[in-house]
Amino acid sequence: MSELSKLTIAEARDKLRTGDVTAVELTEACLSEIEGAKALNAFVHNTPEIALDQAKAADERIKGGDAPDMCGIPLGIKDLFCTKGVPSQAASAILGGFKPEYESTVTQNLFDAGAVMLGKLNMDEFAMGSSNETSTYGDVVNPWRRGNEDTALTPGGSSGGSAAAVAADLCLAATGTDTGGSIRQPAAFVGITGVKPTYGRCSRWGIVAFASSLDQAGPMTKTVRDAAIMLQTMCGHDPKDSTSADLAVPDFEAALTGDIRGKKIGIPKEYRMDGMPDEIEKLWEQGREMMRDAGAEIVDISLPHTKYALPAYYVIAPAEASSNLARYDGVRFGHRAKLAQGDGITEMYEKTRAEGFGDEVKRRVMVGTYVLSAGFYDAYYNRARKVRALIKRDFEQVFDQGIDAILTPATPSAAFGLGEMSDADPVQMYLNDVFTVTVNLAGLPGVAVPAGLDKQGLPLGLQLIGKPWAEDEMLNFAYCLEQSTGFVEKPSKWW
Amino acid sequence: MSIDTETARRVAKLARIQVEDDALPALAQEFNTILGFIEQLNEVDVEGVEPMTSVTPMRLKRREDVVTDGDQPDKVLANAPDAREGFFAVPKVVE
Repeated sequence: MSELSKLTIAEARDKLRTGDVTAVELTEACLSEIEGAKALNAFVHNTPEIALDQAKAADERIKGGDAPDMCGIPLGIKDLFCTKGVPSQAASAILGGFKPEYESTVTQNLFDAGAVMLGKLNMDEFAMGSSNETSTYGDVVNPWRRGNEDTALTPGGSSGGSAAAVAADLCLAATGTDTGGSIRQPAAFVGITGVKPTYGRCSRWGIVAFASSLDQAGPMTKTVRDAAIMLQTMCGHDPKDSTSADLAVPDFEAALTGDIRGKKIGIPKEYRMDGMPDEIEKLWEQGREMMRDAGAEIVDISLPHTKYALPAYYVIAPAEASSNLARYDGVRFGHRAKLAQGDGITEMYEKTRAEGFGDEVKRRVMVGTYVLSAGFYDAYYNRARKVRALIKRDFEQVFDQGIDAILTPATPSAAFGLGEMSDADPVQMYLNDVFTVTVNLAGLPGVAVPAGLDKQGLPLGLQLIGKPWAEDEMLNFAYCLEQSTGFVEKPSKWW
Repeated sequence: MSIDTETARRVAKLARIQVEDDALPALAQEFNTILGFIEQLNEVDVEGVEPMTSVTPMRLKRREDVVTDGDQPDKVLANAPDAREGFFAVPKVVE
């Protein structure tokens, strides 16, 4: 029974259609895995009744013969997505008890296609974090361990619950969101595939907002093919999100031909960081060799403003967060602090937000407030937006030179131990996103693909960055890389 | 630019987050670390560069200015910590 939860979406789709397995069987297998994996702390709100109802409906639809690809596929949903009648807290105490009266567009698209929701997944609070240590639900534990050690490792963040759940085969796939690397970094830390689409490809409607000009939803899956299938269902134009692109969506799965002959892959020299482990440098070199062997031309390129991406991000993202999170005031939803005699509305706001937000969220809201405040707006916020324009121009220039995609490491290290960064200053944690954050600032699609294990036995990933709206081509490059690396390793079960 | 305890207090106030006095020096220190990191942006020549307003070249969609939704006060109030007689309730604002 437990073997069923290990299936990929593509395998399950085929078995469902031939009648080898039912959606109810798949769902029950996943629910039982979730029940046995409490030590990972990945699922935080289980919805077995909804899952079984959806699975029964999916089985009926499959019998009818014209079920979509995602029909009957059991998924985990990141807690950042509003799901009707189901707790949706963005892993924050300030949204304690909140049950949306509406469904996010991305989850609605998945459910309309017959997908099954197993429950909500842990994450960093408001998606702010790179280690899943800022969650009100507690840390998520990476199913991978270093060699024979039993040190608890981070699954990365912010989509840490999604990453751990997929890697541990608690579900077939999961939704994630990515503002600075929150899909790709955790995907790399657990050895799965994670896609951040072009800004505007997926509707942001009903996803708790962190930094609206950077946030994108995407799939976290066991294979590149699964990512193609799931992204197809998640994306598309939505009138409810004014930044959602009204463009035709290509057939992502059909694009996976594995043929990349004659394509140009750029290698940016600025992504060679001081202090980067040799193993990551070696892995990147192997990636270049594999793409070359597959017939692509490897071209050295320069993205000169790369160094300024993280500092620009740490102005823009907190600025947008301070504005977006102003709505958590104890009036319309979630937590309200108990007030003392004589407290007025200002005390209500201040106490509610002090109690409801965790330290990292408070820090970013206040940094954002500062950079937007009178006298500093030009020096910080406007300057960061100008640098952002330059970062985007760097990419436009290399794509104009005929580069089809860019290959980089996904992260500057393998998964680290939970608590290992607790004495470091906040900036040290921010460096996790050094290879991924440029992609959000430029609005481009990016994908993390597992590419190997380090000497401690932990997965490492490579990242491919595509041209705007060229997720199809980018996924084909990723597919080619996946075929070449032949990465099939799984964590040994200890939970 | 260095942030002192008073500035930290003012920022916390602007952000409507209560911070106890004894926590302000550490907070100011954290701000300084983060702002020190951000200061790198001053090295970049941004002369003549327009601040980015939209990451993908798109014109926001327009629609008819008509009511498309509404008439569901119960749903709107369903998650309120305190709702009375069809309204959100808050501490007295006007004396």
